[in-house]
Amino acid sequence: MGVALSRAAQWTTASSGAGKLEVTPLNESLLKEILRFVEEFSSKYPQEAGLVFKEALKWETTLQPSDFKNEYDTSGVTVKSQETGSDGQPLLQLSSSTISVHSFSQLSNIVQLAKSKKLKEVRTCLEANRDPIVKILGPSFATVEGEDTSMLRLLQKVTEDNESKETEVKMKLLLLLQQLDTLLLSNSLKQITQEVRLSPATVKNDVELLKRFCGEGEKRVLKSVEYTSDYEFSNGCRTPPWRQVHGEICYLIIETCDTDPLYITCSTAGVFLNGGIKLEGDDQAYERKSDVYKDLVTLLKIQSPHFTENIGKQDFTVNEEPLLTQKMEHVESVDVEEQGQTQRSYELEEKNVLEKGRQQRVQNKPGSSKRSEPSLKWKNLGLESPYDDAGGKKSTKQGANKFVEMQDRPVRSGSKKRANFSLSSLAGRLSSQKTKSAGGGTEDFSESSSESEEDEEQPDRRPESNTDLPSEYWQIQKLVKYLKGGNQPATVIALCSMRDFNLAQETCQLAIRDVGGLEVLINLLDTEEVKCKIGSLKILKDISRNSQIRRAIADLGGLQTMVKILDSQDKELKCLAAETIANVAKFRRGRRTVRQYGGIKRLVELLDCVADSPALTEEQERDVEVARCGALALWSCSKSTRNKEAIRRAGGIPLLARLLKSPHENMLIPVVGTLQECASEGSYRIAIQTEGMIEDLVKNLSCDNQELQMHCASAIFKCAEDKTTRDLVRHFGGLKPLVTLLKETENKQLLAATTGAIWKCSISMENVAKFQEHKALEMLVALLTHQPEEVLVNVVGALGECAQKPANRAVVRKWGGVEPLVGLLTGTNRALLVNVTRAVGACATEPENMVIIDQLDGVRLLWSLLKNPNPDVQASAAWAICPCIENAKDAGEMVRSFVGGLELIVNLLKSTDGEVLASVCAAIAKIAKDEENLAVITDHGVVPMLAKLTNTTDDRLRRHLAEAIARCCMWGSNKVSFGEAGAVAPLVRYLKSQDAAVHRATAQALFQLSKDPDNCITMHEHGVVKLLLAMMGSTDEVLQEAAAGCVANIRRLAMANEKARYG
Amino acid sequence: MSEMSAMNRKIIQNLAESFSRQIKHFNRTEMECLIRLFNGLVGDQSDRRAANGLDRGKFRNILHKTFGMTDDMIMDRVFHAFDKDNDGYVSVKEWTEGLSVFLRGTLDEKIRYCFDVYDLNGDGHISREEMFHMLKNSLIRQPTEEDPDEGIKDLVEIALKKMDHDHDGRLSYADFEKAVREEDLLLEAFGTCVPDAKSILAFEQQAFQDPLEN
Repeated sequence: MGVALSRAAQWTTASSGAGKLEVTPLNESLLKEILRFVEEFSSKYPQEAGLVFKEALKWETTLQPSDFKNEYDTSGVTVKSQETGSDGQPLLQLSSSTISVHSFSQLSNIVQLAKSKKLKEVRTCLEANRDPIVKILGPSFATVEGEDTSMLRLLQKVTEDNESKETEVKMKLLLLLQQLDTLLLSNSLKQITQEVRLSPATVKNDVELLKRFCGEGEKRVLKSVEYTSDYEFSNGCRTPPWRQVHGEICYLIIETCDTDPLYITCSTAGVFLNGGIKLEGDDQAYERKSDVYKDLVTLLKIQSPHFTENIGKQDFTVNEEPLLTQKMEHVESVDVEEQGQTQRSYELEEKNVLEKGRQQRVQNKPGSSKRSEPSLKWKNLGLESPYDDAGGKKSTKQGANKFVEMQDRPVRSGSKKRANFSLSSLAGRLSSQKTKSAGGGTEDFSESSSESEEDEEQPDRRPESNTDLPSEYWQIQKLVKYLKGGNQPATVIALCSMRDFNLAQETCQLAIRDVGGLEVLINLLDTEEVKCKIGSLKILKDISRNSQIRRAIADLGGLQTMVKILDSQDKELKCLAAETIANVAKFRRGRRTVRQYGGIKRLVELLDCVADSPALTEEQERDVEVARCGALALWSCSKSTRNKEAIRRAGGIPLLARLLKSPHENMLIPVVGTLQECASEGSYRIAIQTEGMIEDLVKNLSCDNQELQMHCASAIFKCAEDKTTRDLVRHFGGLKPLVTLLKETENKQLLAATTGAIWKCSISMENVAKFQEHKALEMLVALLTHQPEEVLVNVVGALGECAQKPANRAVVRKWGGVEPLVGLLTGTNRALLVNVTRAVGACATEPENMVIIDQLDGVRLLWSLLKNPNPDVQASAAWAICPCIENAKDAGEMVRSFVGGLELIVNLLKSTDGEVLASVCAAIAKIAKDEENLAVITDHGVVPMLAKLTNTTDDRLRRHLAEAIARCCMWGSNKVSFGEAGAVAPLVRYLKSQDAAVHRATAQALFQLSKDPDNCITMHEHGVVKLLLAMMGSTDEVLQEAAAGCVANIRRLAMANEKARYG
Repeated sequence: MSEMSAMNRKIIQNLAESFSRQIKHFNRTEMECLIRLFNGLVGDQSDRRAANGLDRGKFRNILHKTFGMTDDMIMDRVFHAFDKDNDGYVSVKEWTEGLSVFLRGTLDEKIRYCFDVYDLNGDGHISREEMFHMLKNSLIRQPTEEDPDEGIKDLVEIALKKMDHDHDGRLSYADFEKAVREEDLLLEAFGTCVPDAKSILAFEQQAFQDPLEN
């Protein structure tokens, strides 16, 4: 008992003296075990139970004197047992709340008396007596680390005076206690070994435990513990399958008594806070927001002081549910998840539906231990040598298994070949999809697509210990040995056999790496043997889908060798090398290596083939295949900016343009994929335009392969930043197919690319007219709901552009687009907010729309976006506010109703972003139309802030700044204040600007300012009259009038001055 | 002498004519070149033996020097595959027939050819023992290993597992063909008996160069 208590039990570290037992499942089961021991003790070993302890066990009990019955003498707060020891001392004594006990029989009694509190009694007893054996048998039996000689000593004593009955009893008692100790240790060992990683079962247990601590009243530790999902998968997880591949077991929402609700992810690696997964979270919610803790209790202790404080006070309630068995069952299922599903789930689905199913079934079976009984699959493959079963007899069962395997093998290998291409392109698609979701604004879009790292470091998982190794590990190790020491035939056999393993499975991929197979495979690439190279590349191509393997291949210098192979004469070899490069170059360093070793140039050379002639010879077809593989590799490489440049310099663009005419989809996908990736570079956008590729891109919009359509749309999306390109798209009839593609609402990546292309195309008003013709607007409005953000960004962007045309604003309203647009103002995606505010702003220019926006409190939402930390959002929101104020009824009243709103917008004048400043000035010009508001913003110090900005040279800002100044002059002594703040002289300089709009606004501002004599003097000193005189000749009447008014004011002042002096 | 060579040329042309009708992959001129090459190789032998053609030693010499083969046993087997009538000599017809597969054979022809090479006793099956025999030198012997043959045995089992589709413990032609069609690397699973592209190119360049230049 002693050893188990000091080693296995988990003591809190907080208090050093009287430690407390932590509330953990492990402790709970330990306590239960001890409890059972004590309960049964007096009936099982009556003699030993009577032995009087050397020293009493004392602790603070919760038992009341009234709890004691017959055999006890109760007087007030003290209780004494009638049973006494040899010296007449009662064996049990209770005074106030301290109880002291002298024998096991009394201990058993207490436990029975305590009833539901018995666990608690045991716990406090043990907490008070860290080493009970010392007290029971004497200090010589203290639990010491290392060798325990107490038995020997006791035995010696027994033999020395063999009359003593007591020593014999003591001996027995000690033996019993040690037995218990061993039992406890072995039990806790079982638990500890299970708890190295969290499993669904342990998490479940923890949650159950925590749930018991929830409830009402003062003493509760937690308010509530809830799963986000009630559905539990057969493996015990409650997360969606695509999160299970990350090892996530379930999500919890825990309401503590003293913090906000905690959103917690429990994964096999530990528990951590997430970004707030409620029911169906967005992707960002899954991100880790805290450190990883080993279990829920630890996390809660860190997060909630209340929890830490109170958890120690909780009682262990007696719970009869057998914790141990439950735990055992789940160990296997976690393993399955680790091995089988870490691979991207769709790859598995496509490639080994068959195997996976079978494998899981086998491994899920509780109790089928992996070590002793290799999974059925490997038995089927029959790798074990018949030399081993000496008799040479194979069991009939095994034979039957083999037969089954044979039957389904051809099917599998067939589908494998077919799947290959679509898989690699699928991976690419996924990557480009990810890049898309990252950006959205025009600048970011091109940037993010260049260097996005779709597979950043995954934690490097190596087999933790030998016991975990699956059987394939040893088989692969053997094959690698033959690869190392074999001649060509032996190597070929070993390579072919290795390909029979499921190379899409991470276990095998990592096994190959861990036994040093990658080194050998890459070495084979350096040999002269074409067959060995082909065989090796076939394996490398498959396993390099794993990002860890990619890195390992690059680390071993595999890319250099593969680049060299691209020069080979053998076309199959070239294809394989290019395809493998396509996989390996999916991370940044890999791409760089390819470029540095001249790979880009060689890959571009592969593209050189005759692709578009209808009838190809066999040889030409092989060339086309080589070109396709080359394009695949370039596609991967083209995610780096410098590689894009290298492709261009190697003359890749005309070759890509030629391949773009190919009729084959499997060629077009990597080609267009590369092009759309490269289109983030201006040089490519120009080339795509000038090399006539727009026509082909438009043509392929109408093909029936959605992936290709997506890449085409995506390329147009990026290229249509340019006006000529937009016109070309229209010219080649690309707008109609784009609108048609809007119907593909199921394929979100396609939809995102399509809407993106429509957005960019709609920047040209001619295109907008076309879109109107094809009723695109109605469809876009319909896409405003239930779409992922990357689609929404583009849809809203397109609507924002289209709504620049008055007719379209009405359409948006008629089809109910205003409401969802306003609804989107509450989002968080930056790119989306920029577009939404623009669209809402455009809509707000129509009074009828404004009514709706007003009803939905849209202006308040816009206003609150001014608080957004991103300057783009701030600026866009401020721009949108302008038409709102202009068109809203009682705009002044509305603006005032925003608490702190005016102060907020005035403070934005401190921004350093030119666009924000311009937009805020524009908004202030609108706000200042209302006199009361003008008074408020004056109080907030708008005048000196505007004055400070006057030195700008940005015409856009100048114009809106001048407007704002003109408006702000209307209140009180603001005119004078502007003059004092030195705003007048810079304004005069604005008149020298080239921009007519600046002139107009400035003249108005000067006219207002000239109502103050001091300002007139300043203006005059800076030569304003000459400039204004020129303005008076303008055709713009507003400008004329303002300029004339200003000059008149100056003149009047001069006259008055003269009159005063000489009159 | 010139009469002789004129007659010779006539004979060669006729021979080439008739061969190129029977044997695939070579045109007439190429055939002529091969016959001439054959004559050259046989040439300096005594008349009696010249009639029979290339003997084992000479043939192996060619395989070794021109096509870089090293395995004695496989070279013997290649000789066997060429020497269809099993008289110990490769005749001119056997030479051209053999080379047509050897150099330019289709996959089908090569499967047949390789199978014949590997079927050591010619019983239509490649047995475990035959595989073991062919692979016995394929692994580097580790001095530490208890049973040096264990690796080979294991390799044989791996090959059987991979190719023995009907599970009778040996490879029939059908097994072999099916396996190679699934994975063409397995064509030369038990030894290199088909020359690689480079040496074919070198050989053809040398053999088919314009006879006038000679």
